[in-house]
Amino acid sequence: MSKARTELKRNIKENPYLLAGLIITGLILLMTIVGIFWTPYEPTAMNSAEKLKGVSFRHLMGTDNMGRDIFSRVMYGSRITLLIAIGTVAIGAGVGTIIGALTGYFGGMLDEVMMRIIDALFAFPSILLALVIVSVFGTGWIQLLISLGIAFVPSFARIVRGEVLRCKNMDYVENARLQGVSDFRMIFVHIVPNIKGVLASSIMIGFNNAVLAEAGLSYLGVGSQPPYASLGKMLSDAQQYMFTMPTYVLFPGAIIVLMVLGFAFLGEGISRWK
Amino acid sequence: MEIILDVTDLHIEFHDSDTPFVAVEDFDLMLGRGEIVGIVGESGSGKSMSALAIAGLLNRKSLTKSGRIMFDGNDLLTCDRKTLRSYQGDEISIIFQEPMTSLNPVKRIGWQVEEPLFIHHPEVSKEARKTMAIEALKSVGLENAEDVYYMYPHELSGGMRQRVMIAAAMIGDPKILIADEPTTALDVTVQAQIVELLKKLNKERHTSIIFISHDLSLVNQLCQRVIVMQKGNIVESGRTSDVFTRPRDPYTKKLIAAIPKIDLSRDGEQA
Amino acid sequence: MSDRDVLKVADLNVYYKNRKRKLFSKKNKKIHALHDVNVSMEEGEVLAIAGESGSGKSTLARAIVGINKDYTGTIWQKYDRPQMVFQDPYSSLNPAKKIGWLLEEPLRVDKTRTWTKEEMRKRVLEILDEIELPVSYLDRYPAQLSGGQRQRVCIGIALMRSPKLLIADEPVSALDVTIQAQILELLENLHRKHGISIIFISHDLRVVYKISDHVMIMKDGRVVEYGETKELYRNPKAEYTKSLLKAAGIVK
Repeated sequence: MSKARTELKRNIKENPYLLAGLIITGLILLMTIVGIFWTPYEPTAMNSAEKLKGVSFRHLMGTDNMGRDIFSRVMYGSRITLLIAIGTVAIGAGVGTIIGALTGYFGGMLDEVMMRIIDALFAFPSILLALVIVSVFGTGWIQLLISLGIAFVPSFARIVRGEVLRCKNMDYVENARLQGVSDFRMIFVHIVPNIKGVLASSIMIGFNNAVLAEAGLSYLGVGSQPPYASLGKMLSDAQQYMFTMPTYVLFPGAIIVLMVLGFAFLGEGISRWK
Repeated sequence: MEIILDVTDLHIEFHDSDTPFVAVEDFDLMLGRGEIVGIVGESGSGKSMSALAIAGLLNRKSLTKSGRIMFDGNDLLTCDRKTLRSYQGDEISIIFQEPMTSLNPVKRIGWQVEEPLFIHHPEVSKEARKTMAIEALKSVGLENAEDVYYMYPHELSGGMRQRVMIAAAMIGDPKILIADEPTTALDVTVQAQIVELLKKLNKERHTSIIFISHDLSLVNQLCQRVIVMQKGNIVESGRTSDVFTRPRDPYTKKLIAAIPKIDLSRDGEQA
Repeated sequence: MSDRDVLKVADLNVYYKNRKRKLFSKKNKKIHALHDVNVSMEEGEVLAIAGESGSGKSTLARAIVGINKDYTGTIWQKYDRPQMVFQDPYSSLNPAKKIGWLLEEPLRVDKTRTWTKEEMRKRVLEILDEIELPVSYLDRYPAQLSGGQRQRVCIGIALMRSPKLLIADEPVSALDVTIQAQILELLENLHRKHGISIIFISHDLRVVYKISDHVMIMKDGRVVEYGETKELYRNPKAEYTKSLLKAAGIVK
């Protein structure tokens, strides 16, 4: 345990990306977690006397067109956004790893067929794909999460398949086969641990894409439904007040940018892990 | 014998980690014209590092070098890049272990052999370059040199590739040829041929050779003098026959003892 | 077939699929890698297979251990599950696992019996003793070991379930000479102590001489010459054998 800690310390010291990523995502996580227990105001509480106010001590990020406190709404919204991002990546990476590992390891017909399907899915932008799936499942953030998750499967499957292909011809795999290791055990116990580095950095990139995709889809109105809002939904609501009250757009937007930046730094940091 | 290369107190240190790593310490080498000197050692002994330093190929930031490498009146460690470049590939050539990766896969053999000429002697005409390249390919024992000239590296076997490397290294008629484990990646029968080729080139052109290897029997076959290195230090040096028959250093003894002895007589334990 | 035989290979022909298949060409040309190879080996013997690259010596090993099943002919073995030690100790150990885990794995996947934690631990310590590595190495990753130490671990993994036949495919070629000598000594000790039969594949005729009872010289997928090692070195019949011995500096 202490060995892992010294390794982490050394990497943080030598690797500014990792440090920056940890700080930024740490702050956002902190804000989100605090938001679960406490927000300055009820995120949905309207106050007609305080519509579209700027930054003040009473409202750190101002208020929106219905007089709701933007800081409270951002705290709540980043929870939805993060949940969607994590859920999306969990589905994408989980299913993608299983498909990629199986097709890469066994090859043959299974591989050919799966890869052609994945190629076909790749031909659609993942947002478009998610839109199609949402139109089947209906709107709402759970539906959005599942749709985005499915849309993310192909890229993870591709990455994992490539890595498994690289590993499966190594001597250690043949060595394990000679000892009588079963195929299933070979894939998930012997091979997959070797691709965790690549997987970790693509998960970070996945978080990024998920945050952006969620923002995009919520903007189009298929994500979370009023009165609660994800960060993307807030942006969409705020756009008509862009010139009357710029802070309404600025803060949710800034949090999205910070999230993306934090995950990008973390991903870069992990890929440079020594 | 005319001394053409004089290395004194060569010291190479890496600064990649917190504690500096000394790769080579107090390395001395005097190379006479037409002489073949072997540097023997195991991995991590610093033998390749010393050779790379002599060839002027150690130019990383995280590394310090000290000492002197005198060649042609210049100290190769301190002279400017232009002077160093004018020697590299012309007066001092180097061939590496892996003939697969040291040739450019998308260029024809002819181009690769002509490249040093093109760099150092741009005055030579295109036709003359081609003649010289084919000449060089013939001199390293490639019979169908005219065909090989138009081939790509992947069409050649490992041994042929190493011959091409030697042709490219020898085309500028260098004073010093540094051969860094040139036969390690090759089959034994091919190994023997390459050693014979180096011997022949040395005899015909009086090229001095620094032969780096972990294989003592090869060094014994080829070199007049040998330097034995361990962990960056020279542990023993001298005439090859002396070092092999009467090793003084315990490490040299251990190295020699590690070669399985073969006794083909019907009786008698050692031969 | 004498009952002392541990391995008998008859008329073995191995084909490889040609990977360089041209686009749209249906013909699946196969490369004939081994031609009518016959091997017989007695229990407790060290048989060396020597040859240069492309001679088919590794192909033969792979067919015997069952990695390559695309062959014609028969391979009869007295015991199941022969083990193998590979040439490159840097790629034959799973970099994501600790040495202790790697040593235990053959026991965990043993279908003939289940091993309790204590039994596993005991066996691992026994093997660790055989391969002359300290107990503290169990917690290390392969990357923290030198080439020679890794090759010891590979030998240890192969020995975990006490195989009767061990195939060593160029086990010392990637190592420094002094380390080579140590690993050879280790193999010789294990052979003496357990009477395990070893197929030793090598291109180095000096090493072959040191370790083997019989030797088989191969070239281009065919057996060129076979015989008792010392006798064969003394009186090589085939021209190719002579040229190999000459190139290795064994005969003038």
